[in-house]
Amino acid sequence: MPEIGFAPEMRRRPPRFSNRRGFWTLTVKEIRRFWSVLGQTVTAPVVTAMLYLLVFAHVLGGRSSAYPGVSYIAFLVPGLMMMSILQNAFANTSSSLTQSKIMGNLVFLLMAPVSPLEFFGAYVIAALLRALLVGLAYWVATWPFVHLLPAAPLMLMSMFLLAGASLAVLGLIAGIVASKFDHLAAFQNFFIMPLTFLSGVFFSVHSLPGIWSQVARFDPFFYMIDGFRYGFIGAGDAPIGISLAWAAGFFIAVSAVCLWLLRRGYRLRM
Amino acid sequence: MSPDSYASSAPALEIHGLRKRYGTVQALDGISFAIARGEYFGLLGPNGAGKSTLINAIAGLVRSDTGSIRVLGHDHLREYRQARRLIGVVPQELVFDPFFSVEEVLRIQAGYYGCGPEAGLWIEQLIERLELGGKRAASMRTLSGGQKRRVMLAQALVHRPAVVILDEPTAGVDVELRRTLWSFTRELHAQGITVVLTTHYLEEAQALCSRIAIVDHGRVRVIESTEQLLARHPFRFLRLKLADGAQLPEALQALVMSRVNDTMELKLERGKHPIGGVFAVLKSAGVAIEDVATREPTLEDIFIELTGGERA
Ligand SMILES: Nc1ncnc2c1ncn2[C@@H]1O[C@H](COP(=O)(O)OP(=O)(O)OP(=O)(O)O)[C@@H](O)[C@H]1O
Ligand SMILES: [Mg+2]
Repeated sequence: MPEIGFAPEMRRRPPRFSNRRGFWTLTVKEIRRFWSVLGQTVTAPVVTAMLYLLVFAHVLGGRSSAYPGVSYIAFLVPGLMMMSILQNAFANTSSSLTQSKIMGNLVFLLMAPVSPLEFFGAYVIAALLRALLVGLAYWVATWPFVHLLPAAPLMLMSMFLLAGASLAVLGLIAGIVASKFDHLAAFQNFFIMPLTFLSGVFFSVHSLPGIWSQVARFDPFFYMIDGFRYGFIGAGDAPIGISLAWAAGFFIAVSAVCLWLLRRGYRLRM
Repeated sequence: MSPDSYASSAPALEIHGLRKRYGTVQALDGISFAIARGEYFGLLGPNGAGKSTLINAIAGLVRSDTGSIRVLGHDHLREYRQARRLIGVVPQELVFDPFFSVEEVLRIQAGYYGCGPEAGLWIEQLIERLELGGKRAASMRTLSGGQKRRVMLAQALVHRPAVVILDEPTAGVDVELRRTLWSFTRELHAQGITVVLTTHYLEEAQALCSRIAIVDHGRVRVIESTEQLLARHPFRFLRLKLADGAQLPEALQALVMSRVNDTMELKLERGKHPIGGVFAVLKSAGVAIEDVATREPTLEDIFIELTGGERA
C-alpha cells in the first residue's frame, strides 16, 4: 500500500487568485474534445460553406458586389467564412457544456477549485481555436475560386477574435440554460442560424428594402460580418470603427451575462 | 491557507444551519453538526432523507438556501479554492466522461486541482491499488459499473484531499469490490484522512464508522458514537422455536416482534424482562422448546426505531 497523505509538493500554498494549471487542463481537454473528431468539427462545416459558395456563386455570380473592383465571389467568401466561424464557435461551447451537463460528468469540474473566469476562458479559447481552424480551412478550400488576401490584417484578426469569442460565450450561455439537446437545437435553428445567415453574408444590406436595412443597423451579427469582410476587401457597409465598437460591445455584454450566470451557478449548481 | 492550517484546531467539517428547499420538498431542514479530523463518520438515513443533498452542498454542487459549511476552517463559498482542495467527493450517481481513458481522466482531474506531472506517481499508485492496471488505457465507456465506480473513487483522491466523502460507494457493487473498498477506506482513515460514508448497509456502517448521524426528512435525528448508539436501546432479542403444536403463553405474546413460520423473535428489555423469567413462564405453562438463540441489537434495529420503521 502506497503512503497516503500530503506529499510536500502538494502541500504548497494553493493559489488564491489563479489556478493556471486547472485552466490549461480544461482548455486542453476542450481542444482534445473537438480535435478527436475533426471530420465533424472542421471538415463538415467547411464542406457546407463550400456548397453555399458553389450554389450562390453560380446563381448570383453575374452580380456586382456593390463595391467597385470587388467581384461578387470575393464579397461572398469572407461572409461565408465568418458565418462558419460564428456557428462553430457557438456549437463548440454549447454542445460540450450541454453534453457534460446531461452526462453528469460536469460535476468533476464543478467540484474542482476552478474559478468562473477560468472556466469561461478555457471554453472560449478552445472554441476560438476550432473557429480558427474552420476559417483557415475554408480560406484554403476557396483559394482556387478567389485569391483573397487580407487588406487590413489587424482588423481581420480583431473581428475574428471578438466575433468568435462572442459566439463562444453565447454558446456557453445556451449550454448553461439548456437542459436537453432540443433546447440547444432550437436556439441554434431559430436564433443563431437565421441571424448569421441574414446579416449580410450574401448581399450588401444597402441592397435590402428600406425597413430591413434599418433593422440591420441594430444587429450585432451584421457588424461582425461586415467588419470581418472589411478585413479582407478593405471596404464595408458600415465604418470599420463602428463595426469594431459593436463587436466589442457585444462581447462585453454577453461575457458579463455569462460570468454572472457562472458565478451564481445558475442551472449548474442546483 | 498555509500547511499549518492542517494542524490548527478547526474540525474537518463544520455545518451550520443548512437549509435547502426544492419546490415543496424541504430537502435540508436546518442541519448543524461538526466532524472532527480523523473520524470515520457514517451518514445514514432512508431514501430521500437529504444525505446526497447535504454531500452535494459540501461539494459545492448544490447551493443551500441558508447556512454555512467550513472545511478545515475554510468557508466553502468565500474560500472555495482552499475548501475544494481539501475535500474529495465520490458522487452517488455513476457518471463518467466517455471521451477519455482511465489514465487520462485521472490526469485531467489532477490538473483541475492544480496538480501536474508530480501527481503521476500517486495516480499510478491509485490505479494499482484500485486494481485498474489492466484498464488504464481503456476508454471510460468500455468499463463495467464497478470499474467506473473505482475510477470515481480514484478521481476523488487524485489531489490527496484531507476529507473524503463517499456517497453510497458500495451500492450495486460485488462482494469482492465491497471488501476492497472497505479495506481501502480503512487504510485512508489510518493515514489520518477523515472519511465520511453514506450507505444503506447498516452492518457496513456498524463495522466501519466510529460515529454516526441518522438523518431523516432533512434533519439530524441522532448523532452519536456507534457504541453509544448501539447501547442506546436496552434491548436484546430472543429467538424461540417451540415444539410442534405448542402455543406461546398469553403473558409472552406482547413481547413478540416477528414470526417466521414457527420461529418467533421476542424483544426483551434488559432488567425488565430477564431471559430467565421468560424460561420460567414457558416452563410453568409446560411449553416445550425446540431451539433457542439470542441476538444483540444491530444498527438496523435502532435505525428502524428512530426513523419510524422506514427502510434504510
Ligand atoms: N435536484 C432536485 N430537484 C428537486 N428535488 C430534489 C433534487 N435533489 C433532491 N431532491 C429531493 O430532495 C430530497 C432529498 O434527496 P436526497 O437525494 O438528498 O436524498 P438521499 O438521502 O440521498 O436519498 P437516497 O438514499 O435515495 O440517495 C428528496 O425528496 C428528493 O426528491
Ligand atoms: Mg443519496
